[in-house]
Amino acid sequence: MLDEGWRLVQIGCTKLDRFQVDYTFDRAYRFLNLRVMVPEEDAALPSVTGSYLCAFTYENEIRDLFGVEFTGMGIDYGGKFYRVGVKAPFSREAVAEESTP
Amino acid sequence: MTRTIIPFGPQHPVFPEPIHLDLVLEDEKVIEAIPSLGFIHRGLELLCRKKIFQELVYVAERICGICSFIHGLGYCQGVEKIMDLPVPPRALYLRVFWSELSRIHSHLLWLGLAADAAGFENLFCSCWRVREYILDIIEQTTGGRIIFGVCKVGGVRKDVGDSDLRAILARLKEVEADYRRGVAEVFLREYTIRHRFSDVGCLSAEDARRLGAVGPTGRGSGLPQDMRKLGYAAYGELELEPVIETAGDCFARAVVRVREVLGSFDLIRQVVEKIPPGEVDVKVKGFPEGEFFSRLEQPRGEVVYYVRGNGTKFLDRFRIRTPTFANLPAMLQMLKGCDLADVPVIVLTIDPCISCAER
Repeated sequence: MLDEGWRLVQIGCTKLDRFQVDYTFDRAYRFLNLRVMVPEEDAALPSVTGSYLCAFTYENEIRDLFGVEFTGMGIDYGGKFYRVGVKAPFSREAVAEESTP
Repeated sequence: MTRTIIPFGPQHPVFPEPIHLDLVLEDEKVIEAIPSLGFIHRGLELLCRKKIFQELVYVAERICGICSFIHGLGYCQGVEKIMDLPVPPRALYLRVFWSELSRIHSHLLWLGLAADAAGFENLFCSCWRVREYILDIIEQTTGGRIIFGVCKVGGVRKDVGDSDLRAILARLKEVEADYRRGVAEVFLREYTIRHRFSDVGCLSAEDARRLGAVGPTGRGSGLPQDMRKLGYAAYGELELEPVIETAGDCFARAVVRVREVLGSFDLIRQVVEKIPPGEVDVKVKGFPEGEFFSRLEQPRGEVVYYVRGNGTKFLDRFRIRTPTFANLPAMLQMLKGCDLADVPVIVLTIDPCISCAER
């Protein structure tokens, strides 16, 4: 897609009964969304940093906030991209009780 | 050759907000930069599960003080599209009016910071002096200088009378003249600014596209993208062209912002000429059920909002992809091969808003 001129706009994740991961691209104001549904158990996807190196920010963010692993990341922060006190806070129902002091 | 790692930030005089860079140097040349975020991550997106959807606009506006209004607008637009709310045309024009005032004040803030980074204190004072006139107009029309608090689901909270709009336009003509004389001419013609910013932090058009650069960072490298061309709010009825420079250096990005301020003055003039009479909001009934991606043009670039409702008063998801987050990889590319002394200037030219980037 990079060779066809598509720019990576964002990679977003939503926690439903599974993880909904949206890959969004743009070319000449045309908006394209590719959606991947990932099961909650052992959630993992291959990294796209081989084509879009700029995806490393989104993939590290999703791993820190949702716990979805991305295999083969070009720049891997090892779970320390954000300094969150609770593992995968956006994938939990209640966070306050589990926050570390 | 021996490599040294210099920590840059999170506190540095040139940074308005904390970000940390580990700069790998050989002598004075930066080989690579490794960013470190998370100092002000607040997890604001998670509040969509605790705040009812009509109150979440207050959270969206407080993601960042400089980009406040357009954050609120993007959120409201997403919910309105899901609920198929017919926002009145007058409200759409007022949204453009406040968006462009927001853009002018943000760019003037950045121009002042850029002048300060170059050691040109007089120009910094001049930029922020002109910005005060814009903040006075914003306060007059909304009640707040930075957090406007006027955007809501279904329209806007306040109206601005036609006579007030014409008086504001007359005032803006004086402000524009002051801006052209005291800020724009200096940035465009002054030797010190040109010498400090030219050929520094170069980003090619191909790298900008490949790394997902947006806003003035991308347009300074020749990428012709401005989300206002999508026609959201009332932009579809106004004439505007993206401001493009092709040099790709810090000076080109500064020139884009200088010229965009002039473009914003023109857009406000068009709004005052074309704004229709009528209501400024509609009653909101029911709850949002569905999803929508909303794309707007912040002063820093393209911002994307994803809103997903489930038919209850709380949302399933409120995701924001801010322009600074998108420009971080491009910034790292610009830093490669630069001198250590140029790092503050290069980081500043993407107009980093770390509050937005981390949310």
